[in-house]
Amino acid sequence: MPTSVISVRDLSVNYDGHQVLDRVNLDIRPNEILVLLGGSGSGKTTLLRHIIGLEAPNAGNILIRGVDINNCSAEVLKQIRRQVGVAFQEAALFNSLSTEENVALPLRELTNLADPVIEIMVYITLAAVGLAESGKLMPHELSGGMKKRAAVARAIALDPGILVFDEPSAGLDPIVSAELDELILFLKQAFQMTIVVVTHEISSAFRIADRIAMLYKGSMIAVEDKESFKASTHPRIRQFLDRVPDKVVETPTVQEHLRELSGMTGVES
Amino acid sequence: MKILEGIGAGVIQQFAYIGGLSDQFWSGIRALPRVLPVIGRRGRWRDAIRQMTAIGVSALPMIAIMAICSGMILALQGAGELRRFGALRYVIDLVAVGFTRELGPLLTAIVVSGRSGSAFSAEIGTMVVTSEIDALRTMALDPVEFVLAPKYLAAILMVPCLTIMCSVFGILAGAGFMYLSTHMTLGIYIRYVFDSILLRDVFGGLIKSVAFATIIVHVGCMEGFKVRGGPEAVGRSTTSAVVRSTFLVILADLFFTAVFYLARMQ
Repeated sequence: MPTSVISVRDLSVNYDGHQVLDRVNLDIRPNEILVLLGGSGSGKTTLLRHIIGLEAPNAGNILIRGVDINNCSAEVLKQIRRQVGVAFQEAALFNSLSTEENVALPLRELTNLADPVIEIMVYITLAAVGLAESGKLMPHELSGGMKKRAAVARAIALDPGILVFDEPSAGLDPIVSAELDELILFLKQAFQMTIVVVTHEISSAFRIADRIAMLYKGSMIAVEDKESFKASTHPRIRQFLDRVPDKVVETPTVQEHLRELSGMTGVES
Repeated sequence: MKILEGIGAGVIQQFAYIGGLSDQFWSGIRALPRVLPVIGRRGRWRDAIRQMTAIGVSALPMIAIMAICSGMILALQGAGELRRFGALRYVIDLVAVGFTRELGPLLTAIVVSGRSGSAFSAEIGTMVVTSEIDALRTMALDPVEFVLAPKYLAAILMVPCLTIMCSVFGILAGAGFMYLSTHMTLGIYIRYVFDSILLRDVFGGLIKSVAFATIIVHVGCMEGFKVRGGPEAVGRSTTSAVVRSTFLVILADLFFTAVFYLARMQ
């Protein structure tokens, strides 16, 4: 029995000669919330896409519950995918289906449950994410926060055991973002799920994480519990946490612009 | 040397495209039974019905107008020459055979390519951009089965129906011309039509229409699945879907016409 639910082993990804991930190793334990932090272009979304099996790596392995998802049969991969729910950054709800039809989709397609049973399960799932009264609404009628909740409901419909969030708070106001954090904590507690969250929201990470991993330019520079991470002296972690820019941009003043104009002899402030 | 490299890269790209298309074609064929009522996945056939309305019923007015105009044009052009030889009656053969073998399937394919091929590409391209296709894959659902197969089933059923309607409207336009120029009644006109066309002409046209439907659906969907980037890539994919599918439809038309011609020679 593997101790890690998800294991990433020496994962390297290269797009057209550009190294996006470089020998990344990561173990995600059962029933923990692991937050994957990193700046823009650090490779966190690429790592996530490999973990959920949307892309195949150039080198290395990804094991989910001990199964190498890049070296297994299509049938086994299908079984593995049923154990992993994904809530995408843009929610990725099907616009032609209502909210409840979106949630019912994996149940209708991947199980032989009777329609009345599916209806009950959909209602319970929507109630769990706080959308019990919004099942009939179409995706375009939902707010940003409601869309993300609906996406979570669809992701947990098959009771997956592993739940992956891509930038859950992107585009949301702080209050809705905090509500989503509470929902993630609730899901872990109520359904005993292992949760991976990709984000660059530091406050959200410290609120929900059991452990925090950080990517910098395609390399994993830290995988620590959140207290150790907060106290880290690693320069790149400190820069990220203290919000220090790489270089200070100096903006010329209006007077300096005016002085550069031809024929300008002087500028008075 | 750079020119040779460029030509080589272009050839490889086209072969890769055709390879991808044939791979998608076989996936589509395998997925078709799962869209059928009773034996298919529950409710999937409803999606095919929706697509039939979009591909077939909604396209009928445009196809009817185009077929009537083209039938009139063909009759007028034919009559201009045939009248000189006192062979105006052969306008009926020209219109009937021309529409049944050629113009019916081709006009229908061009309309369906412009209306539905571009729509397939835009729909799937948007699904790619908004991660809906990724969502399907992470739910262990096959995008070809879920998105392409209902469209394919709808197209291979509706495009032959539209082709028949296109041929009927085109031939009826010929009847209009013959009535105006020679006062030939509809009954006599139809008798001449049945004398001039053979059952193999009808089947030939229908075989072409199924092939054209296959090209339009697979090229449209392939261009959608290939979308990378943002909304502007969706726009490019729709243009590419129409251009490529129209080009391939004409190539396929040449191929089938040559095969049927050789078969008639035997």
